[in-house]
Amino acid sequence: MKRVLSGNEAVARGAWEAGVSVAAAYPGTPSTEILEVMARFPGVYCEWSTNEKVAVDVAAGAAFAGRRALAAMKHVGVNVAADSLFYTSYTGTEAGLVIVSADDPAMHSSQNEQDNRRYAAFMRIPCLDPADSQECKDFTIAAFELSEQFDTPVMLRTTTRINHSSTPVELGERREAGAGREKFPRAAEKYVMVPANARLRHPVVEERLRRLSEWVETTPLNRIEWRDREVGVITSGVAYQYAREVLPSASVLKLGVTHPVPAGLIRAFAAEVGRVVVVEELDPVIEEQVRLLGLTCEGKSIFPLIGELDPSAVRAAAAGAGLPVDHEPAARTALPRPALPGRPPVLCPGCSHRGVFWLLKKKKLAVSGDIGCYTLGFLPPLSSLHFCGCMGASIGVAHGAAKAGLKERVVAVLGDSTFFHTGLPALANVAYNRANVLTIILDNGTTAMTGHQENPGSGKTLQGGTAGRLDFEKVCHGLGIEHVALVDAYDDGALGRAFKSLMATQEPAVLIARHMCALLPEARRQYVPLTVIEERCNGCGVCFNLGCPAILRSDTLDPESHKPLALIDPALCTGCELCAHVCPHDAIANRDQMRLLEDHGGDTCPVGGAGGTER
Amino acid sequence: MTDGARYNFVLVGVGGQGILLASNILTEVGLAAGYDVKKSEVHGMSQRGGSVVSHVRWDREGVRSPLVGHAEADMLVAFERLEALRFADFLKPGGTAVVNDMEIVPVTVSAGGATYPDQAVVTATFEALAATMITVPGERLATAAGNIKAANVVLLGAISTRLALPEETWRACLTQRVPAKFLDLNLTAFAMGRRVALAA
Repeated sequence: MKRVLSGNEAVARGAWEAGVSVAAAYPGTPSTEILEVMARFPGVYCEWSTNEKVAVDVAAGAAFAGRRALAAMKHVGVNVAADSLFYTSYTGTEAGLVIVSADDPAMHSSQNEQDNRRYAAFMRIPCLDPADSQECKDFTIAAFELSEQFDTPVMLRTTTRINHSSTPVELGERREAGAGREKFPRAAEKYVMVPANARLRHPVVEERLRRLSEWVETTPLNRIEWRDREVGVITSGVAYQYAREVLPSASVLKLGVTHPVPAGLIRAFAAEVGRVVVVEELDPVIEEQVRLLGLTCEGKSIFPLIGELDPSAVRAAAAGAGLPVDHEPAARTALPRPALPGRPPVLCPGCSHRGVFWLLKKKKLAVSGDIGCYTLGFLPPLSSLHFCGCMGASIGVAHGAAKAGLKERVVAVLGDSTFFHTGLPALANVAYNRANVLTIILDNGTTAMTGHQENPGSGKTLQGGTAGRLDFEKVCHGLGIEHVALVDAYDDGALGRAFKSLMATQEPAVLIARHMCALLPEARRQYVPLTVIEERCNGCGVCFNLGCPAILRSDTLDPESHKPLALIDPALCTGCELCAHVCPHDAIANRDQMRLLEDHGGDTCPVGGAGGTER
Repeated sequence: MTDGARYNFVLVGVGGQGILLASNILTEVGLAAGYDVKKSEVHGMSQRGGSVVSHVRWDREGVRSPLVGHAEADMLVAFERLEALRFADFLKPGGTAVVNDMEIVPVTVSAGGATYPDQAVVTATFEALAATMITVPGERLATAAGNIKAANVVLLGAISTRLALPEETWRACLTQRVPAKFLDLNLTAFAMGRRVALAA
């Protein structure tokens, strides 16, 4: 039976068909759906681990127990997990161990565009590079077999375009998961990586790579497609699809395995073609290997090094290099378009982070941020986040700035899931080395940016099993931080008071600003769209500075200032009331007033009069 | 619009408009009609009000690239007017633009003071591409059908009139994809989209 599956769905399906027993991940675009899909299959234990390193340890432990296991992560997650991945290369495993690295060329939702095929070479492990969803499934199954055949972890390296494209896939049956071992292996020379043992394992790793280099010459994962021999393309992954589309007449060596590369096969292919051209996305990984063989080839001299390839980019580059393209690049029609306003992602209407950034903006503080929806606080009009590097970096950077003797206080801001990911050790460092850092934990009860996954603070797990619920206040107190406050993030008064009191101390402090993500179903049930009371609004524009997508500029102008009045889109407004609270003219009806309006049939305004709105 | 052996579609709009479901159904329809199919989209930050783009390709001889190249889309389906303009150069000269009659004002306009382009710019842009432009009041028709969220299915109805496939193939795929209790509503929305596009 054929079904259209995304690359992520196909990886999950492949792992399940291969009899995987344990899968662990930390959510990260473009990899997240792999575990979300796998969690629905029977017979697989799946979890959101607290971070990618832990996920790899979990998968390794399961593989040591003789059960096939998989860890999935986005490319930068491999950085977090690298320490663990390197030991798995030395120890090997008792059952198939597959690491999925989902790279993100073009940085659709990432902080860099590192090419993780480099990691596979660095770790001396095989790297498989699928080119569509069918290959995602087939290569995942092959990766488990390869892992067991060579006693090595295997990297399945995808890219956003593979993860998030859907193509038809032939479904198969599940191979029953093996019984596994009864006991944890007792083989110190293999699993205890002290120097004496590791020195014995390194030659084993190098010998394994030598044997893999032989295997890779004949595996069907690599193949030659002979066509015209004037041009011979060497390619892998999604770049294969672009090469086939744009250079349909060229012979192709398609590498399903990008580490190690098949030296003999490449030599034989190069000998038969006039011009060797490597088409690959990001780094010249294959190209460098071809050159190391002493062969002449072209690659990054023709195709872009930076960003994601697409058929137009490949066609333009190939045509420029005189390669036999399917057709000339399309001429650009001059379009009578003005410069278009951008549509950047923004904090949603009702986002519980908005009030915190409003406060930080008013206080003109330097803010060390982190990875999550709240990174969007850097955008105008809030513009109140001044650093974001990687997961968990907010607290350490604020600490370092404080220890450097900066006159200005730097506030660290990070989300609930990010706090447990890598914020926790950084906060322990603040507690230990005592800096006057205020850490604000934006607790919206979910891992929102990647699509609302559970985390240790939400008290639920991926598969709905027994879950612990970690208490932020207790954790902070347990670390020895005395000054901890918990407030409702919608209560801007309480937020301001707690902030003031915590900033008064010169000791480590934590402010937990809690309110559930406005996109969660439970939050949606509580929406009460607000409205602007036009006779009070004078178009001062304070509410526009909140950057709330539900607040628009009305076509009605204030008769005196001639500025547009505010207008609230009832289809977008959640009724968080932040705008009602910041409005200096009490011109936005709050939730209680809205209910009164409804009770009065909406045709009279009961909120007028000298009393004004209540706070 | 083509010889029917292959079609390239680019669907654009704003997060939350139901573009992903529409492109899923469009992909299934192609598969059911005997084409090889590929669909590609970028998730990630789209949920936070950003632009959403989905590419769908049908080809009887096999689809290679999951992405449509510039000026290679036979049909641009825009769920929102500003996004229609932003992605207009995907459309092949002489192609078809199905444009939903919907404005979603981005914060760069509401808070940043940028100007939302008016309808005349949209018309002129697609005229420059010698495109057939079909304007569909998706939300209005969907509301009439019973739920504003079915605007995506109204647009599918409009698309269906420009492709040489039996209407039944579409209805069968809708029946498979849509929850049973919303099926009648969606079939009504689909029929309304067809009617307005046939009259255009």
